[in-house]
Amino acid sequence: MTDITTEKARIGAPSAQPFINGFTEEGENLSPVNTGTNTSTTSEQPSAGPLAGASAKSHSHGGGVGIPDSSRAGRLTSYKLADFKPLNGLEEDWRFTPLKRLRGLHTEVLNGAAPAVSVTAPAGVVVETVGRDDKRIGQAAIPEDLVSANAWENFAEATVVTVPAELQAESEVSVLITGAGEAPSAQHIVIVAERFSKAVVVLDHQGTAVVSENVEIIVEDGAELTVVSLQEWADNAVHASSQQAKIGRDAKFKHIVVSLGGDLVRVTPSTRFTAPGADVEMFGLYFADAGQHLEQRLFVDHAVANCKSRVLYKGALQGRNAHSVWVGDVLIRKEAEGTDTYEANRNLVLTDGARADSVPNLEIETGLIEGAGHASATGRFDDEHLFYLMARGIPEKVARRLVVRGFLNEIIQQIKVPAIEERLTAAVERELAATDN
Amino acid sequence: MSTLEIKDLHVSIETEQGTKEILKGVSLTIKTGETHAIMGPNGSGKSTLASTIAGHPRYNVTSGTITLDGEDVLEMSVDERARAGVFLAMQYPVEVPGVTMTNFLRTAKTAIDGEAPALRTWTKDVKAAMQQLRIDADFAQRNVNEGFSGGEKKRVEILQLELFKPKFAILDETDSGLDVDALKVVSEGVNRAHEEGNMGTLLITHYTRILRYIKPDFVHVFVDGKVVEEGGPELADRLEDEGYDRYAPGAGVAVAPAVQA
Repeated sequence: MTDITTEKARIGAPSAQPFINGFTEEGENLSPVNTGTNTSTTSEQPSAGPLAGASAKSHSHGGGVGIPDSSRAGRLTSYKLADFKPLNGLEEDWRFTPLKRLRGLHTEVLNGAAPAVSVTAPAGVVVETVGRDDKRIGQAAIPEDLVSANAWENFAEATVVTVPAELQAESEVSVLITGAGEAPSAQHIVIVAERFSKAVVVLDHQGTAVVSENVEIIVEDGAELTVVSLQEWADNAVHASSQQAKIGRDAKFKHIVVSLGGDLVRVTPSTRFTAPGADVEMFGLYFADAGQHLEQRLFVDHAVANCKSRVLYKGALQGRNAHSVWVGDVLIRKEAEGTDTYEANRNLVLTDGARADSVPNLEIETGLIEGAGHASATGRFDDEHLFYLMARGIPEKVARRLVVRGFLNEIIQQIKVPAIEERLTAAVERELAATDN
Repeated sequence: MSTLEIKDLHVSIETEQGTKEILKGVSLTIKTGETHAIMGPNGSGKSTLASTIAGHPRYNVTSGTITLDGEDVLEMSVDERARAGVFLAMQYPVEVPGVTMTNFLRTAKTAIDGEAPALRTWTKDVKAAMQQLRIDADFAQRNVNEGFSGGEKKRVEILQLELFKPKFAILDETDSGLDVDALKVVSEGVNRAHEEGNMGTLLITHYTRILRYIKPDFVHVFVDGKVVEEGGPELADRLEDEGYDRYAPGAGVAVAPAVQA
């Protein structure tokens, strides 16, 4: 069984690489120290988390030493904060995160003023502010970690955006989320795309905040929803965001994470298929500067048959102690026959002293699938690229921009909202301009 | 009329075994309208000369000069050299991820000319040049050199040569790895650029084959980091018949004066 799983894991994964010898638990103790490391590439083995539960199984990735109870399916989920043990930074899902810099999101009561929400929506889209007891809350999400549970326990009110059945929203729904200060706070947002509706929702995070956020996304049967989450926070912001989507029959869901600003940003998107025929695309773009920690941990739960998922995250890093983390968990359950999935992460390291961690995890419990693959590559903008472009008269700064812009544009052009695309292109230019100084 | 002048050039590289001198006193003068062929066996330093002129950081110039119309080329950065009119068609063009050919060509042309090319004529020029070099139109949308075959990469180098119109073109073994058809296409491209009358060419090659299509005015034979023999096109014919064996150490009189020099 173990061997079969391994073989299947390689199907459709042309660039899947064997793990580097001796490169196993390297990042395990990272979070308490989290300084002085400047390796620029990692690709490592999944390891067990203490939170793993009963449905866990041995994961046979790449012939490494599988540790039982490591399945993503076994992770503890609960609405109750008390169910989660206090964090020590060694947990599988926190091992890369510098807990000290969470500024209390994992230890304090999150009763600071939540970031202000202001929604601009096209005709027909319904926007409400509701209390904790609204029946739509808890339909799509359940906290998968302590920080998310802390927000769940503490949020005061939620913003609910509903795209009514069969409505084709004529422009994007813009949800502007503006930080209200540095007291640790909790935020809750619900997005519902009813049957056969079509819409783009942009969550636009700005200003200064220390906030844990839960975003629930319901994509009903036949609906087509794009959610773009932009993190353009001020330099000192701390943001943990659990964004969980429940996907209905024949629905199409596109999720795009863009993290540029903030001291520590940790986005954990999960998508769960609940009926066959659905199609999910998850994209991500991040640009980590000196000292910035940008983390993304995604989960695609193929719990039913005949669904398709595609994941592509691309990141650029520059400056001392710029740190990005990408963990992609894809689970194909026994029931999920006919699944077609592929996930990839690409990182471009622009300077010395930056670190990109990239961990693709693929668990496959049935052999009757269309395809499953994963890939990860972390590369340098190297001197030979630079020489080639400069030998054609292009100055060094322009050459760098040309390469990074091209690299990240693949994600930006997925957004398909021209105003946002332009804004992000400009933001990437600003990031690059910052390197020149 | 421009002049690229190389005088008593000594170049070394750092290796694990220490510093290694590769060019041991090379002098060469190329003028607009001239085609110089540099020929020599593997490891003789031909490609080092090409990369040094272009400014590759791996090569350290320990003594000697390179000037372009009196300007000190060695003082210039890599991009400044290109803008001054030096073009190196590389032996192994690298793949540059994330940058389309269209974007790359326009950015380079803008940098070299100091202003953006007029969009309509530029697009037309690129299309025409691609057609002449038998490069598929869809290459324009592909990333620079990404997934191109060896022959395609070389054709794209010559495409740039034709579009950027340098004062001096250095072709670093552009002929290697090309089949006869591709060799003809590439040679025609070089000849077209040459016929415009504003370019001098330094053609570096291991084989005489390309000299059937690109006629050199001067032939320089490179052995062990030095020019050991110089002559006209007839020297190439002789090399075709005799090979480089007679330049091997102790093999013939031709080497002797250079060794002593």
